[in-house]
Amino acid sequence: MITLQINGEKHKIDVAPEMPLLWAIRDIVGLTGTKYGCGIGVCGSCKVLLDNSPVQSCLIPVSAAEGKNIVTIEGVSENLQLLQASWLALNVPQCGFCQPGQLIAATALLDKNSDPTDDEINEAMIGNICRCGTYQRIKSAIHRTVELKKQG
Amino acid sequence: MNPIRNISRRTFVKSVGLASGGLILACNTSVFSDKESAGDKELASFNPNLFVQLNADGSLILIASRSEMGNGVRTSLTSVIADEMDADWTKVIVKQAVGDVKYGDQNTDGSRSVRYLFEPMRKMGAMARAMLITAAAQSWKVSVTECTAENHHVLHKSGKKIAYGDLVEIAKNLEVPTELTYKNPKEFKYIGKKLRGVDVEEYANGSAIFGLDKRLPNMKFAAMQRCPVTFGTVKSFDKTAALKIPGVIDVIEIPRMEKPFGTLGGIAVIASNTWAAFKGKEALKIEWNYGDNATYDSEKYMKLITENVHKQGKVGKDVGNVNKAFKNAHKIVESTYQLPHLAHAPMEVPNAVAWVQGDSCEVWAPTQDPQTARKEVSDYLGTPEEKVTINVTFLGGGFGRKSKPDYVVEAVAISKAMNMPIQVVWTREDDIKHGYYHTVSSQYLKASLDKQGNVTGWLNRFALPSIASTFSPGVDYPAGFEISSAANVPFDIKNMKVEVGQSPAYVRIGWLRSVINIPHGFSQNVFADELAVAAGKDPLEFRLNLIGKDRIEETEDPIKYDTARLKNVLKLAAKNANWGKPLPEGHAYGLSVHYSFYSYVASIVEISMPNNKVKVHNVFTVIDCGQTVNRDTIKAQMEGAAIFGMSLAFYGKITAKNGAIEQSNYSDYKMIRMNEIPKVHVEIVESAENPTGVGEPGVPVIAPAIVNAIFKLTGKRYYNLPLSDYGLV
Ligand code: FES
Ligand code: FES
Repeated sequence: MITLQINGEKHKIDVAPEMPLLWAIRDIVGLTGTKYGCGIGVCGSCKVLLDNSPVQSCLIPVSAAEGKNIVTIEGVSENLQLLQASWLALNVPQCGFCQPGQLIAATALLDKNSDPTDDEINEAMIGNICRCGTYQRIKSAIHRTVELKKQG
Repeated sequence: MNPIRNISRRTFVKSVGLASGGLILACNTSVFSDKESAGDKELASFNPNLFVQLNADGSLILIASRSEMGNGVRTSLTSVIADEMDADWTKVIVKQAVGDVKYGDQNTDGSRSVRYLFEPMRKMGAMARAMLITAAAQSWKVSVTECTAENHHVLHKSGKKIAYGDLVEIAKNLEVPTELTYKNPKEFKYIGKKLRGVDVEEYANGSAIFGLDKRLPNMKFAAMQRCPVTFGTVKSFDKTAALKIPGVIDVIEIPRMEKPFGTLGGIAVIASNTWAAFKGKEALKIEWNYGDNATYDSEKYMKLITENVHKQGKVGKDVGNVNKAFKNAHKIVESTYQLPHLAHAPMEVPNAVAWVQGDSCEVWAPTQDPQTARKEVSDYLGTPEEKVTINVTFLGGGFGRKSKPDYVVEAVAISKAMNMPIQVVWTREDDIKHGYYHTVSSQYLKASLDKQGNVTGWLNRFALPSIASTFSPGVDYPAGFEISSAANVPFDIKNMKVEVGQSPAYVRIGWLRSVINIPHGFSQNVFADELAVAAGKDPLEFRLNLIGKDRIEETEDPIKYDTARLKNVLKLAAKNANWGKPLPEGHAYGLSVHYSFYSYVASIVEISMPNNKVKVHNVFTVIDCGQTVNRDTIKAQMEGAAIFGMSLAFYGKITAKNGAIEQSNYSDYKMIRMNEIPKVHVEIVESAENPTGVGEPGVPVIAPAIVNAIFKLTGKRYYNLPLSDYGLV
């Protein structure tokens, strides 16, 4: 038995310790907002926060996530909510599939950097592919969130 | 006969998935054609296809018959009804239609949803508004001419008003009006405006259910190993190791179904979770009969089709006398362009949930074309289509891949064999290695110039495996629809010839966002740039001259193209980019303009090349797609198309060795990422012409504009893609 703490809730699951966190979240716990895109850590669709750091959940075995604080797109955090509001305001998503991963990456960025430059945004978001090409709006939505926060 | 009917009181309303109690309008398929309706003599033969349901609480349910895959179609189509109906957008609930002929053609492909459905949607909206006004007038005992509609209410000139929901009981019993008045386009509130997508919130909070997210009680997961060589079959297999993986339930063989959209067949691993199914698949030991396609080597193939375009081919178009023009030329220019296969690689891999029970089957799938999926499933099971339900989930991207339902048939095949609900999930590797690839092409272009630099003759000879080969195995020349976009090149040249060379297919060839316009848009735009250089003229001025005087060009198609609109988008792009003004040191512009899916698009890109690597700074795109529905969706599609076009220009290349695809994932089939993006500036031409395509026509202009900019900057011409092959990215 492995206990995962996801979005503040504890889940006891009976899986092989090497099962990637992604599949435990999606298929065992049943939270499907976290997406599979590549399975090898290069697309960012599966990103979650693990003790506040953005990680590719397709690469992390569940055993390594035990005892840590996991936040998925379904979880609530201040920056995530503010970013989601900007996502709506700027109509960011096209197909929407990559957006949970994009939002998690952007949340992690704002959690540790309240005023990122364009280059810092690029660095934080480079691991997230959007096949629909919504990058420009993602960048604008991050800037907008920062601006609104500054205005209080 | 009026194709729209008030079906509020009819008993079958429930059976089509709507609750009774509201005002429900439906229309039959005749709205899609000019032909008179075959008639609705019997209720049973009346096939309602588009629905509007207004409930007493004011909520308005609108049915979206086309698939949502980032194209914004659930928003744009329904907003047309809502606008014409004077409805409040916040009260609209969009329901997705299942796959059924009663909805008319549902294939969400070819950038035509808005083009086909704009008028029928307006009609539905206008009809509902008229009925609500009549209902209000009746209840107030006044003349309808004294009433107007506004934001979900009917108003009387005296100042009193009533909410739409409160009119449902009366409107339900009204006959539909035979005469309709439409809104003046100047009064549109949603059409042609910026409107937030109806699904954006679900996308942003992770609650949107894509095919991959569908769950059924007791559903199991399946992964399949397919032969590395297209159409190869299983010789033998050993499942011992796979069955030892915890969670693996069974391993079964699924034979190939020899149809364009049939399953490729292979060995399926069924497990209690996706990961166990993937692990089980890796543990399989399979011997294959590779079959004829094992000889496919894409490098050798490129040489072969290039030889074929350097000798005489089959004639596809012959106007004037090209040979004579070439003989009398002041200058001859000739070039050969080579473009590789591409894969769709939508962010959500192909997947489907199927549950076969007895002779019935229900499917949940991210499909662009639920009717074709329904037909394929019914063929596979040998059961009538009425027994097959295809529920359309959200699509995590499609780009043409998800209008080919081989993955749906797989889920059905496994569910039937296992007698349980099954979700089949392709790995990303499966997606890259077993796709319906965008064609690989070689094109030879030759033109003559006179002393003044006018183009007097134009020859385009190309070879590429045809999409038709997927439907008629053995087809080994480009088909008519692949010739026409070369033949319809919008240049005013007296002597023109198009020829095609032999080019058999060794993999499944399929349409990918903007399809044949990728190779033709590339060669035409790069070659025209080369001709401008040969003529010693500015590319913009040269191109406007080459397109020539304003005229409507005849094509085989019912919609003709208008060279004035083509020149207009190019001029606007040049204006927006400030073409001609000095750019920062080390920067250059390249231009491109192309007509596809009945829309006109021009792009000008600004690049620089620090350390000999291409950096795209700005893209100025102008589109004329007629009457616009949702301007923000169009803008988003142009932004996305620029990135899609850049991905194929920089990195897009699928190759084959010994018949097997060499790439496997986003690691070796790369995409543009955040650090590489330009600023995309979009202008949408205001137009009252019929709405035309938006999803695809922004793609083909990007790659040639980049190549033209590189030439401007470096004096070096690149003829092939992707640019990563030259070390330029
Ligand atoms: S699925 Fe984990 S990075 Fe792509
Ligand atoms: S919105 Fe479709 S992949 Fe990003």
